[in-house]
Amino acid sequence: MSPLREGPIFEGRIHRFGDEVNTDVILPGRYLALRRPEELGRHCLEGLDPGFVGRVRPGDILAAGRNFGCGSSREHAVIALKAAGVAAIVATSVARIFFRNAVNLGLPVLLCPEAAAALAEGETARITLDDLMIRQGTRHWQAQPLGGEVRAILAAGGLVPRVRQALAS
Amino acid sequence: MTARAIAEKILAAHAVEGHAEPGAIITLRPDVVLLNDVSGPLAFEQFAAMGATRPFDPARIVLVADHFAPAPDVTAAGAIALTRDFARRHGIAHFYEPGRGGIEHTLLAELGLVGHGQIVFGADSHTCTAGAFNALGIGFGSTDLAAALALGQLWMRVPESIRVELTGRPGPYVTGKDVILELIRRIGSDGAADAALEFGGPGLAALPVDARMAIANMAVEAGADTCVFEGDTLSAADMARRGMAPAPAVMPDPGAPYRARIAIDLGSLSPLVARPPSPAGGVPVEALRGQRVDQVYVGNCSNGTLTDLRQVAEMLRGRRIAPGVRMVVVPATQKIWRQALAEGLLDCIAEAGAAISTPTCGACFGGHMGILAAGETAIATTNRNYRGRMGHPDSQVFLANAWVAAAAALAGEIIHPAEALAPQESAA
Repeated sequence: MSPLREGPIFEGRIHRFGDEVNTDVILPGRYLALRRPEELGRHCLEGLDPGFVGRVRPGDILAAGRNFGCGSSREHAVIALKAAGVAAIVATSVARIFFRNAVNLGLPVLLCPEAAAALAEGETARITLDDLMIRQGTRHWQAQPLGGEVRAILAAGGLVPRVRQALAS
Repeated sequence: MTARAIAEKILAAHAVEGHAEPGAIITLRPDVVLLNDVSGPLAFEQFAAMGATRPFDPARIVLVADHFAPAPDVTAAGAIALTRDFARRHGIAHFYEPGRGGIEHTLLAELGLVGHGQIVFGADSHTCTAGAFNALGIGFGSTDLAAALALGQLWMRVPESIRVELTGRPGPYVTGKDVILELIRRIGSDGAADAALEFGGPGLAALPVDARMAIANMAVEAGADTCVFEGDTLSAADMARRGMAPAPAVMPDPGAPYRARIAIDLGSLSPLVARPPSPAGGVPVEALRGQRVDQVYVGNCSNGTLTDLRQVAEMLRGRRIAPGVRMVVVPATQKIWRQALAEGLLDCIAEAGAAISTPTCGACFGGHMGILAAGETAIATTNRNYRGRMGHPDSQVFLANAWVAAAAALAGEIIHPAEALAPQESAA
């Protein structure tokens, strides 16, 4: 897993999803005994869109609606999205546990209802993490700011390196 | 001093850093850290990657093999083995597997490991079940709980509170399940986002602890960060019954600020059924009358209690499950299973034609032990009816209480429990 650092730029094609994309449809329960990213990635979003894994390319971006990642706390959902190639998520709102899991594993989730509504399937969008800007063609949107603790985890490169630093000091 | 809701008071008592006021970031020290055979193995890998060698306090860690237990295949057996090995290597006495355990949230309470004023961190979204016991159960993912295992603490944003004021007494066939389905129906699946649900009021006295567990369990289905019930004589007696030392209940301060106040008159509720694909899709059971079902599932961390099994047995006693319908009943813990056996409930349920399983999360999350085929419909006492939750993406799940589930088993379709028990109308 390559943890997120502040400053990177993501550019990828948009895949649109609606409201309430829960972690059960992102990674169905029957696969929860799996742990390896390549195994989980093969089943990413299988419960909602079995063709997704065949279409998604590394660096692509999800644009989703309200309460993305709701339901089960399964971190397997974030691992599956990353392994399938999803580089970032733009959503109207996101469930608390999913958001923490994504930050901890370095999958950027940007909250921006306007961008989430406007971005269309197949468009190429560009995200800059240092200023949380989302750009598509001539349009651009400012995502909601991140909390201090979230920024600190991101700056450390994820929760694993952050705790490793804490234990070493 | 500022008036505070229950959640803020419990968070403040566990804060090692920061002030427990809504919106603030605090660092918490939990009383218990809970992991299972699905969330645990990922956490143990991250724990090692963090360079941690010893968990903070083995006595405060509880590991439960419940999701894929008993193991349905070699992969699942490997995940349970990793959980068992972590317990053995670090001297964690609280490791439970089939035959001596059950579903983690029900088991945790039964073991006397959660009571008034405590905090449970669980790598499972339904850790909020602990709210039934005047405690805070907070769900996290595996990497967060790897950090909690390593450091004995974790950060959290302090939620605002939403007060749910309960009055009245529930009528026949109305249970805790109907209270929470009504609440989620009203506020939606993210209506309590960034908030703690606080349940209290005079109606509490009419809700036994099992009913409170059914309510607290699904707080996350309203998007809540956590939830908590006021403590009272019922919760105090329950702690004593589970062998816990008395502890004062944590009550809200007069004038505590709430983001919203919601009133629910228990006496006005009727049995509800949540239509797929959302737990927020609750409608009165009558509205779905005639909806055919292939499978009836009673169990899981919300409604696999002795109370639920008694309701099922009362419905099924001396009757037969409808042809073409299969029923799976899953007592939540080994202790509940044995008590149900002693009370004759299991025999009565089996005689009606139901299959009785050992305690497991099983088919609730689409794991094993009752998966649905394409095109099939289930009614279940579980907590999620998302698309494909219990099996094939083209299967569907209706959520209801145990009375309503058992009634559907008898009729082969959704029906009000009173109607299922009524004598057949004559053709005249």
